[in-house]
Amino acid sequence: MKNFEMDRRRFLVTSSSAAGGLVLGFHIPTAAHAGRIMGDPWMAAEGGQEVNAWLVIDPDNTVTIRVGQSEMGEGVFTGLPMIVAEELQCDWSKVKAVYAEVNRHVRNKAEPYMVAAGAAKETDGLYQRMSTGGSGAVRRSRLYLAQAGASARERLKQAAADTWGVARADVSAEDSVLSSGSNSGTFGEFAAAAATIDLDQEPAIKTPEEYTLIGQSLPRLDTPLKVNGSATYGIDVRVPDMVYAAVEVSPVPGGRLVSYDFDAVKDRPGVLAAHRLGEGGIGVLHYDLGDVAQRVTGIQSGVAVIADSYYRALTALQLMPKEWDAGEFGDVSDESIINGALEVLANPDDPTYNPANSVGDARAAIAASDNTLEATYVTPYLEHACMEPMNCTAHVTADRADVWVGTQNPPRALSVAAEEAGLPEEQVHVHTTFLGTGFGRRLRQDEVRQATAIAKAQGQPVKVVWTREETTKQGKFRPYSTYHFSASMNGDSKPEAYWNRIVSHSIFNHQIPQFLNEGIDRQAVEGLDARLPYVFDHQQTDYAIRDSHMPVHWWRSVGASQNAFAIESFVDEMAHAAGADPLEFRLALLPEDSEFRNPLEVAAKEAGWTTDLRAGEGMGIGMSEAFGTIVAQVAYVTVSRRGQLRVESIDCAIDCGHVIHPRLVQDQVESQVVFGLTAALYGEIHIQNGAVVEDNFDQYLMLRINEMPEVNTHFALSGGEKWGGVGEPAVPPVAPAVANAIFAATGKRVRRLPLRNHDLIG
Amino acid sequence: MAISLTINGASHTVDAEPETPLLWVLRDNIGLTGTKYGCGIAKCGACTVMIDGKKAFSCTTKASAAVGKDVTTIEGLSEDSSHPVQVAWIEQDVPQCGYCQSGQIMAAAALLNQRPDPSDLDIDAAMSDNICRCGTYRRIRSAIHRAAEIAQG
Repeated sequence: MKNFEMDRRRFLVTSSSAAGGLVLGFHIPTAAHAGRIMGDPWMAAEGGQEVNAWLVIDPDNTVTIRVGQSEMGEGVFTGLPMIVAEELQCDWSKVKAVYAEVNRHVRNKAEPYMVAAGAAKETDGLYQRMSTGGSGAVRRSRLYLAQAGASARERLKQAAADTWGVARADVSAEDSVLSSGSNSGTFGEFAAAAATIDLDQEPAIKTPEEYTLIGQSLPRLDTPLKVNGSATYGIDVRVPDMVYAAVEVSPVPGGRLVSYDFDAVKDRPGVLAAHRLGEGGIGVLHYDLGDVAQRVTGIQSGVAVIADSYYRALTALQLMPKEWDAGEFGDVSDESIINGALEVLANPDDPTYNPANSVGDARAAIAASDNTLEATYVTPYLEHACMEPMNCTAHVTADRADVWVGTQNPPRALSVAAEEAGLPEEQVHVHTTFLGTGFGRRLRQDEVRQATAIAKAQGQPVKVVWTREETTKQGKFRPYSTYHFSASMNGDSKPEAYWNRIVSHSIFNHQIPQFLNEGIDRQAVEGLDARLPYVFDHQQTDYAIRDSHMPVHWWRSVGASQNAFAIESFVDEMAHAAGADPLEFRLALLPEDSEFRNPLEVAAKEAGWTTDLRAGEGMGIGMSEAFGTIVAQVAYVTVSRRGQLRVESIDCAIDCGHVIHPRLVQDQVESQVVFGLTAALYGEIHIQNGAVVEDNFDQYLMLRINEMPEVNTHFALSGGEKWGGVGEPAVPPVAPAVANAIFAATGKRVRRLPLRNHDLIG
Repeated sequence: MAISLTINGASHTVDAEPETPLLWVLRDNIGLTGTKYGCGIAKCGACTVMIDGKKAFSCTTKASAAVGKDVTTIEGLSEDSSHPVQVAWIEQDVPQCGYCQSGQIMAAAALLNQRPDPSDLDIDAAMSDNICRCGTYRRIRSAIHRAAEIAQG
């Protein structure tokens, strides 16, 4: 039996960097090194010839492709290298993938060839877009990744052409082999020469009809690491001389730790130190609700206990006497927050409304109608519940900081760490690990700031791990939102006027108020403003912000995750009020050229859409556009006489334009159905006395395998110029499709999520 | 305090209090980080290992309770990912983020120890202790059936 512990500790020696500082290198040789991705995906490729910043070619034709997005399950370590390899025309079986280095991205701008090709601006960082969110991995990086592959391929061909005395046009490149007539050579042989070549003109990238690799459902490169425990997540990082920190900060945002008694626990085994966090303690930027930067990542008042193992640190933290002051928000509850919003919603003349969309005069048309329909919808705060609890490992010295973290935004992590460490960004290194999911939570970097401050105070490497309870209570929440709809039905199947008021906690106002547009948070009104797919002669949408002291944040599919529930449920209500089939009713409200028609019709056809079902059975429709992709879903549910709901199947039709890897897209759609269904059935964060009530999976419930519906993914691709995102857009339609199916089955209309709060006995 | 444990066939003596959860001894004292922390209260299954061939939540199992028993973690399930569950997982590309998968694989392997040809209901009963936030449940179910086929030759 191999001694794993010895291997884990066989670190590289430290050496001096060019700047004279200590370079902390370490190396964890595992079986994974023989694979195509290393267990430690931030480790730089050794040897080989860098042809451009995106790819390295070894003499044996191994091509290492650098990935500038974070792998959190969506498959970027497979899909993005495919985009490069498609153009490079290399041997896919010898492709390896590794993270692009964020320190280099910060120090260097985009390469000249990329700028010359029009695929980058001179001011872009070397790896361009390194933040992973907004379902943008493919749609926002495809052009420059393809260019990197194409430009490298043409340089390899030119190098061979120069050697053979032929024209580049007469050299072909296929599976890492260059050939022209009787001449033949490998990418490995010509890589060094290719790296020195300038082309008069950069090549054009392929059009979709020319793809040979893209479109194949190739095995994921990261799978072998994820079946034997060798994939390193942030929580798994081990660094020489590392100690562990357990942390607890004020459960009420803005509250403070009045006192703690470290003496009571300092003699426990392995306990090393305690550090006061935030106000009166460590950290450059402390939490303050009144300042944008301070409320986004500022360090909350609290305490960290350091020990030689995590459990020893945690036990001491839990046993240590602490006194808290809840501060000015100690009497706030989710009920008080949402009731406050509902009061605004009930008053259409509240002066804080701003118009998000206005066509005709909806208000007058509804006032003049004698047949109106009104409904109010509510969606709660939600936590991301990343499978991997929040954590970060940091080491800060006088002239260098290292941070190991599973982050969705390495450059932002680097900048936060630099600020806390008091170092220039050039001297900070972020080593991106695999992410045990992100869902937006790992875009915030509050854990990075906290860990960097703790490591700096401790003077040695520290791994900070939040318990599940701390992870939930210190969540950065999907906002609540409330909606009021009015429509004039006028006795036919096509309502004449539609008026929607929305009152919510605004993420933009909380984090990026400069991006509010005349009071409108465009994510809060997503799909409900001019982006509403349905057309009415008169339509109006008004929006008002009502924030609370809770920190809010992007959450998989963001505004669409809740807006689709409200609008698609209300459309269903309108259909039933008009006595119309919900499918036919929707089609009648869509413009003739609507891009929603095809996905809606595909989902309905594949699901065998019908309203002719027995009592206790129902089908429901939901659809939404998010991140450039339209998804329509039909849910089929059964509800027993005792009110027991079972979601039997969900058919999803997706139009994301084009697909790089069909099975990865299918896996994403299934993942999003589970995510959306979990939220629809169970998702609700309660607030009492200013603090989050839920703390662990016994209270904040997750969908499990015994509740998994059949999910059928149908591609309804429109092609052309459309390249939509696929990481999120199948989340929003789930809740309305299921709620509408429940109505069909039981006659019960759910207007407030989650579903578990409703008695469904028909 | 010294505790001696047998992990993946090798003995380890570690400095930890007897009530320390096996999870943290595996991860921090021994360096076997394939076993994951998810909840600490046996509600997510990320920490699943086998003790004497049976499924156990290492986050609520005291290290002292594992003394004298054979503990198997994901790293010891096979030398080369050749266990039928691992083979099926690779064939069907089950993992997405992968964080819960060590626990899923150990729970599936323990299930096959008990029921070599499990039904869907057996799988639901055995695997509903394990949360997957990526929602890989369809592939988990299908890969368990496939692993049963592989194991039976």
